[in-house]
Amino acid sequence: MTAIEASKLARRRRIRGLALTFGRFAIMLATTFLGLLAVTFFIGRVVPIDPVLAIVGDRAPAAVVERVREQMGFNLPLWQQFFIYLRQALTGDFGVSVLTTNPVFDDILRVFPATLELATVGTLIGAGLGVPLGVIAAVRRGSFADQIVRIVGLIGYSVPIFWLGLLSLLLFYARLKWVAYPGRLDVAYEYTFTPITGLYLFDAAWTRQWDILWDAFRHIILPGSLLGYFSLAYISRMTRSFMLNELGQEYIVAARAKGLSERRIVWFHALRNAAVPLVTVIALSYAGLLEGSVLTETVFSWPGIGLYITNSLQNADMNAVLGGTIVIGTVFIAINMFSDLLYRLLDPRTRMR
Amino acid sequence: MVGGVSPFLKQPKHECLEMKAPLRAKAFREFSAGVALAVLMTLGAPTYAATPADTLVEGFAIDDLITLDPAEAFEFSAAEFIANSYNKLVNLDLQDTSKIVGELADSWTVSDDSLTYTFKLKPGLQFASGNPITAADVAYSFERVVKLDKSPGFLITQFGITGDNVAEKAKALDPLTFQLTVDKAYAPSFVLNVLTSMTASVVDKELVLQHVKPVTPSDEFKYDNDFGNEWLKSAYAGSGPFKLIVWKANEALVLERNDNATIHQAALKRIIYRHMKESAGQRLALENGDIDIARNLEPGDVDAIAAKEGYTVTSAPKGTLYLLGLNQKNQYLAKPQVRQAIKYLIDYDAIASTLIKGIGQVHQTFLPSGQLGALEDKPFSLNVDKAKALLAEAGLPDGFAVTLDVRNTQPVSGIAESLQQTFAQAGIKLELIVGDGKQVLTKCRARQHDMCFSNWGSDYFDPNSNAETFTVNTDNSDASKNKTLAWRNSWDPGELNGVTHAALQEKDTAKRTAMYQDLERKVLDTGPYAFIYQQIEVAGYSSKVKNFRLGPSFDTNYVFPISKD
Repeated sequence: MTAIEASKLARRRRIRGLALTFGRFAIMLATTFLGLLAVTFFIGRVVPIDPVLAIVGDRAPAAVVERVREQMGFNLPLWQQFFIYLRQALTGDFGVSVLTTNPVFDDILRVFPATLELATVGTLIGAGLGVPLGVIAAVRRGSFADQIVRIVGLIGYSVPIFWLGLLSLLLFYARLKWVAYPGRLDVAYEYTFTPITGLYLFDAAWTRQWDILWDAFRHIILPGSLLGYFSLAYISRMTRSFMLNELGQEYIVAARAKGLSERRIVWFHALRNAAVPLVTVIALSYAGLLEGSVLTETVFSWPGIGLYITNSLQNADMNAVLGGTIVIGTVFIAINMFSDLLYRLLDPRTRMR
Repeated sequence: MVGGVSPFLKQPKHECLEMKAPLRAKAFREFSAGVALAVLMTLGAPTYAATPADTLVEGFAIDDLITLDPAEAFEFSAAEFIANSYNKLVNLDLQDTSKIVGELADSWTVSDDSLTYTFKLKPGLQFASGNPITAADVAYSFERVVKLDKSPGFLITQFGITGDNVAEKAKALDPLTFQLTVDKAYAPSFVLNVLTSMTASVVDKELVLQHVKPVTPSDEFKYDNDFGNEWLKSAYAGSGPFKLIVWKANEALVLERNDNATIHQAALKRIIYRHMKESAGQRLALENGDIDIARNLEPGDVDAIAAKEGYTVTSAPKGTLYLLGLNQKNQYLAKPQVRQAIKYLIDYDAIASTLIKGIGQVHQTFLPSGQLGALEDKPFSLNVDKAKALLAEAGLPDGFAVTLDVRNTQPVSGIAESLQQTFAQAGIKLELIVGDGKQVLTKCRARQHDMCFSNWGSDYFDPNSNAETFTVNTDNSDASKNKTLAWRNSWDPGELNGVTHAALQEKDTAKRTAMYQDLERKVLDTGPYAFIYQQIEVAGYSSKVKNFRLGPSFDTNYVFPISKD
């Protein structure tokens, strides 16, 4: 076998490997989606709520109720309804929201940026503080600092966010007046500022409206910190345990023997190895925040997707609920994909396979 | 104003910056430096929270708002917006809501056969756009409501007006004369009361016509354009004291003074409704001066605001009643003595002083206070002995077991628990079936309940709205076409059907009032409904706000008279 043939073969194998990976990935994606669609569909049909009633209202005459039922295809067999639903979902047509009378897709485009912005700030705070705290707790295991981090984490886990939200409003907004409330902007900007992407911090910076940027910051910082605190609790715990695992490895002993500084060992060698599983943890917590935290959004009057879906659920607006669920599912899958990609960058071994 | 400024404002702002660094780890030092920086940043700008002097900011749960088009809107917050930004031919007299006064109409006459109503418009009126208000605008507004036939469309179509005949039935005779023809000799007070609802608001024809969207006619909708509905959903074409600046769903609704207004002039330049769902949050924002009026306060927060200097609380009864529906398919509830016994087993006083304090008032008849003919009679109070005697008379001295479907929200679920207790005292075992709102409604609409905790809001400010659901059931079979509340409780009102119908056509308002009062007494006595309370709308506001009052309906919550110190 010549060298050229060998390299050709290797390339072909690589391409086939890549195709296989993609194929496997596509199948995984398709089944995940199908599962998501099936579950949401059947939940939508099983709930003891008449969706027609939600549309025509309580006072509609019987004839109208019957006509709408016919129109919506509720008289068809269930499997047929499912295929119609599948076709609609695949073409991005989630139907019209009963509650808002807008296409569900437009509604979600409107509410999602608010949640995206809040979740991003929350995750930045959570990861930015949670990882160093976790590292410190691991390095000084059993110390006073470790105990503090543990207690902080425990509180973050166990205190209801609703209560903490109100309490922090009372302290930082009502008493100290450090932050602004309610909503995303002060009333003074409410009628002068036209958002572009819906991410107010970004929009304000982009259009160089620094006063609006500042105002948006003052509005987002408290709910963002609150969400950040909750993801911090989780991230710092996970960082600690990953780091403990790494610090017990032989390569750490080797690095110490080589005479590397403790700081370099911890923050460069150990953390880099712990970073791989940590990426998944952070990505999952980010995805969790993107689902919209209903309670935080309620307390802070934040017009995000969590409020939208809860509101729709309470009003039996199934199109909106299903559309919202699918969008969130998609985001979840996308973030998982992204963290897989990060894996490959962080861990050379995954690149070889 | 002293009360509005918090003493905390005057404290130096950098006290809490004395960060200590007890931990030696460098990393931790860097970390705390970051925290300090973040704290510094937030401390940078002092925030003197106060709303602008020319702007009224209301914290209000406006998540029910789905459209601003008067031909489509049927929600509470929309009613308030439309009331303040559009005008109608006639309106309720706020001093006495059983009377009608002209708004756009200078005067009106009713033909002798009670079929034709002729309205003379006031001269010189104009829309916010500057276009003059003419009878053609009025006719177009009626045409839109009838042809679009959205949720509130029935208000106008119930007069026998359809898409085919609206051009003839609602027409402009000359620029200042509008004529409405109805299909039956209804009581004029009924027709006029319906015309005070937001659905009868007059839109700017010329402006709307610039924004109509062509549509392909179908069986569902046989017209070739959408009458500007898609545009007007989030736009404005009225003549009221305020015009729309922007509506951001679930965020804010911003109104600005309409300087072209000819009927009412607004005192303030701007009104901003901020969407806020949470009572405690509204209270904080009110106390901090970020909002001037808090509209969704719960009892505890109402008390706290009322007790605070510089703040006031106001309330007004609204048209929604809360009641127990007693399904006559249940063998026990079908007995008249049992129905009466149940009405004696409700602890109205205890419920009023705790569970519905500030949000409801005890009410026992089927017409809400404020409406024409509403009776304030409250013959029932908790009386266990009397209830026991009635049960014994019905042959049930040891009571019986029965279920109650109730929503999982307060105060109704709390009231249900109170009922469970008081019913038990007479031996009635009440089993609560708690469910989501729509779930309870679905079940009760299919009349599969024993007892159902329902609420009912009037569709328009006329006694017929409630009478035609509480006292009309012409077909008690499961296949009935008209599923009124009487039907839902399997109750045959018998002769009351006819009385309700006659009252609708009684020309003499005094006689009509008496007929409804008679109906109320009969239902009170034997009807399958145990009315418990009427909803009160309550608001807390800063004393800076002057001339703020809540009206008897959301159609009459006016903001244009409000000024600020």
